[in-house]
Amino acid sequence: MKFDTPALDNPIDRTRVIGRPTDRIDGPAKVTGTAPYAYERNDVAPNAAYGWIVGTGISTGRIVRIHTKEAEAARGVLAVVTYENAGKLAKAKAHTARMLAGPDVQHYDQAVALVVAETFEQARAAAKLVRVEYAPNKGRFDLAAEKENAIKKDSQVGPADTATGDFPAAFARAAVTVDATYSTPDQSQSMMEPHATIAAWNGDELSLWTSNQMIAWAVRDTAETLLIAPEKIHVSSPYIGGGFGAKLWVRADAIMAALGARAAKRPVKVALSRPQIPNNTTHRPATIQRVRIGAGKDGRIDAIAHESWSGDLPDGDIETAAFQTRLLYGGANRMTAHRLATLHLGEGNAMRAPGEAVGHLALEVAMDELAEKLGIDPVQLRILNDIQHDPEKGPERPFSSRKLVECLTVGAERFGWAKRNPKPGQVRDGDWLVGMGVASAFRNSPTQDSAARVGVDAKGLITVETDMTDIGTGSYTIIAQTAAELMGVPIERITVKLGDSKAPVSSGSGGQWGANSSTSGVYAACMKLRGELAKKAGFNVNEAVFEDGQIRAGGRNISLGEAAGPDGLTVEDKIEFGDMQKKFAQASFGAHFVEVGVNAVTGETRVRRMSGVFAAGRILNPKAARSQVIGAMTMGVGAALMEELVVDKRFGYFVNHDLAEYHIPVHADIPNQEVHFLEELDDKSSPMKAKGVGELGICGAGAAVANAIYNATGVRLRDYPLTLDKVLEGLPSIV
Amino acid sequence: MKAFTYERANTPAAAVKALAARPDTKFIAGGTNLLDLMKLQIETPEHLVDINRLGLDKIEPTPEGGLRIGALVRNTDLAADSRIRRDYAVLSRALLSGASAQLRNKATTAGNLLQRTRCPYFYDTTKPCNKRDPGSGCAAIGGFTRNLAIMGTSEACIATHPSDMAVAMRVLDAVIETVAPDGTTRAIPIAEFHRLPGNTPHIETTLGPNEMITAVTLPPPLGGLHIYRKVRDRSSYAFAVVSVAAVMQKNGRNRFAFGGLAHKPWRVEEAEKKETAAAVAEAVLAGAHTTPQNAFKTLLITRVLTSIFAQAAA
Repeated sequence: MKFDTPALDNPIDRTRVIGRPTDRIDGPAKVTGTAPYAYERNDVAPNAAYGWIVGTGISTGRIVRIHTKEAEAARGVLAVVTYENAGKLAKAKAHTARMLAGPDVQHYDQAVALVVAETFEQARAAAKLVRVEYAPNKGRFDLAAEKENAIKKDSQVGPADTATGDFPAAFARAAVTVDATYSTPDQSQSMMEPHATIAAWNGDELSLWTSNQMIAWAVRDTAETLLIAPEKIHVSSPYIGGGFGAKLWVRADAIMAALGARAAKRPVKVALSRPQIPNNTTHRPATIQRVRIGAGKDGRIDAIAHESWSGDLPDGDIETAAFQTRLLYGGANRMTAHRLATLHLGEGNAMRAPGEAVGHLALEVAMDELAEKLGIDPVQLRILNDIQHDPEKGPERPFSSRKLVECLTVGAERFGWAKRNPKPGQVRDGDWLVGMGVASAFRNSPTQDSAARVGVDAKGLITVETDMTDIGTGSYTIIAQTAAELMGVPIERITVKLGDSKAPVSSGSGGQWGANSSTSGVYAACMKLRGELAKKAGFNVNEAVFEDGQIRAGGRNISLGEAAGPDGLTVEDKIEFGDMQKKFAQASFGAHFVEVGVNAVTGETRVRRMSGVFAAGRILNPKAARSQVIGAMTMGVGAALMEELVVDKRFGYFVNHDLAEYHIPVHADIPNQEVHFLEELDDKSSPMKAKGVGELGICGAGAAVANAIYNATGVRLRDYPLTLDKVLEGLPSIV
Repeated sequence: MKAFTYERANTPAAAVKALAARPDTKFIAGGTNLLDLMKLQIETPEHLVDINRLGLDKIEPTPEGGLRIGALVRNTDLAADSRIRRDYAVLSRALLSGASAQLRNKATTAGNLLQRTRCPYFYDTTKPCNKRDPGSGCAAIGGFTRNLAIMGTSEACIATHPSDMAVAMRVLDAVIETVAPDGTTRAIPIAEFHRLPGNTPHIETTLGPNEMITAVTLPPPLGGLHIYRKVRDRSSYAFAVVSVAAVMQKNGRNRFAFGGLAHKPWRVEEAEKKETAAAVAEAVLAGAHTTPQNAFKTLLITRVLTSIFAQAAA
């Protein structure tokens, strides 16, 4: 099914099942511990041996010698895999760093060996016996120091630079200006389930039971790395304990498990331990961002510029931190630019809302600074600068739907924004200085082609198969809701099978495209199935109504099972998105309102209240969507207040590489979070009329916290995370 | 983790005998710190003696009017004890500010005193660390020092002691009771129990090689206002950036002990005679050795003390 014109009224609009706050259909399996996660899948490989990855002890250089004899002789050890015996390997195009070091070392804790043993404990103990001699190189680890050497490089998702009008001239003549530089640190996705894989070979065929967001990419990248045909690879990832971008690509767990299984001649399971993850896998790169905004005294923006510097390994990608600034506010004269420095700190890559999550931390604080200079309420300033088309491309590229203004006004009302004292440092509650902050939320809503297979059997039971993944988001449930809606059956009659490379290729989970794209693929397949069932039953498909397990038309009805026939009926189709994303700017929007308390003695910040209003097209399941948004808001609090991979610039690695030292919010850090979705249907986005919501909630959440800290204290901080030591410097003395 | 053998001891005498019987033997009680360190092979005992069933899990009154806390009393039980909450509130509050409920359920009184530093370089076995590998150097000096010590540091080590409980015990002048394999017992004032790093940061306490803690004794209640102020980067499950245990008295005989500053719970008794927060802070922090990353701790201590004085005066 092609999607290249706006959707008309269609059977999804019936909303008997879709759009309802249905409980997760996979919930019981998860809470009873029966949902099979990668590392525990002993049913598929009961005889699996255990692998443990040895990481490099240096950040960049060359391996001189690897001593494996002692490890090989240790009790229970079956094999030790290094680059010297692994066979020929290549770097997949999607990887920046190789999954196995040797002879070159590209970053700290890159895999240098895999020890395979009968038991987990034996493998881990023997791993300590692998000794590696290195010839280290001097690496580069300091973004600020390398800023001047950074080069212009386009991203895979867009150009590095854009410019419209004459920014320098407009900025120079602007009545009121802001010119501020912000920094955000490296961050770790910190999903609950570590990377884990069981690998098994059957002749030249490889099976990977793993934890991965993008099944087809996993097949492709494994094939490229191991130099085998993709047809020989089977990937299964039905349950995933979180990803946040960390599992968009196969990592060392999968590749090393495959190599270990080949060497040991039996299935091998490998999980990364928590302390290995920050340095071995991917992280969100640190940024330095400069934002300049020039406005008239009336608050209308005439000039806006956003520049970002980030680092990555050679051949890496930019962190697209200025992308939202291309689309969020009006202004005739504008520019954005991204520069990439070479840093030897592991692979910089996607983490929830890549670019936008950290871009908002700069842009939305700059807007707060501008509002203060103008003496205009920050909510009003944002409303004033709303624009209903792509400000770079002009009115010929309107937004498909955009309710930023409504999000701001409804949000302000619900939160009680009117009670905010615009003068900072005025509100006190005991030892706590109290402040309120606001920020817009913007996240592009891309789509990806997505296929599904849908079958109905003689009993009228329906099975949906697609390689779509559920990374905790609720994919199982919204796909079942989609199929139930279209086929006119209760959700209990739908079986959903996900995460298997034998199923049709879906959008996968990433870039907040998964829900809209994968359900659209299911929509396409269900519509095809409806057509074939109607035809088989002798109905005119345009007249046939699918409800209560029946097909009805012309005063006649027949059950789905009967229509399908004794052998059932299965079809496959794919949603193919045309150029609607080109014609229409597609994004989801929101507004965050935050109240914080800052301890007047210690500078500790604690969030007291969060409220967000969001417009993201049709909300397919308000319960699951709310969970997505509150999780993302929580991550926004983490980004604002505590998350930081600390770089040791001497040794070149992230020092605080475990969850005791890399802080993410705990329950006690998160207060009541209110989430409100606006009614919206986006007929340009897909037949589902939905947009992405999974990453929207992080965008702006941290900036609202930062702005609330300023309102509470009068301390303007621009270097994240906003820890108490930074706040403390600006607090008045206490006597 | 290296393979190890295991036995369970049933009496304190048997436990210390078992400890002395073989080299590279360690006690295991709650295991909340030891097991993590064993997985990373920072601790590599050949043999473990399980002391969980020694019966040292009671809190009993002493003839002097204090309390004797068995070495194996769990942090949760100690914090919840009504006598502790009433008469030694600073200790209860310190305990509850530490770790998580799950960890406190397992962690013991003696184990808490003996927990090892959270310095990230100690935890990373690819980096030099005089505490983990004596003579190898200190990777922390010149590195990420924000959370590390500013008092009593040495050129060999700038690690902190991570305990909250020990800071409160220090302010209460607790006494650590031990037994040795020959049956002799000792009572070590907590001030003398933890050591500064000096040139031997791997030797963290004055406990003898085969000595076992049997109890911690608290002197009779001090009365006064008990405060434990822990400053941290998130609301729970975070080690103290700094912490202050205070017992404030109407007669001005206040006591202060500090966490997050040093290799041991930090207390300067001379400073307690001062009458203002600023003067106390100045005396407590005399000789501080800070880095640009952790210099804020001195300001923080001063501010927290100011707030505590204000609270006591209110």
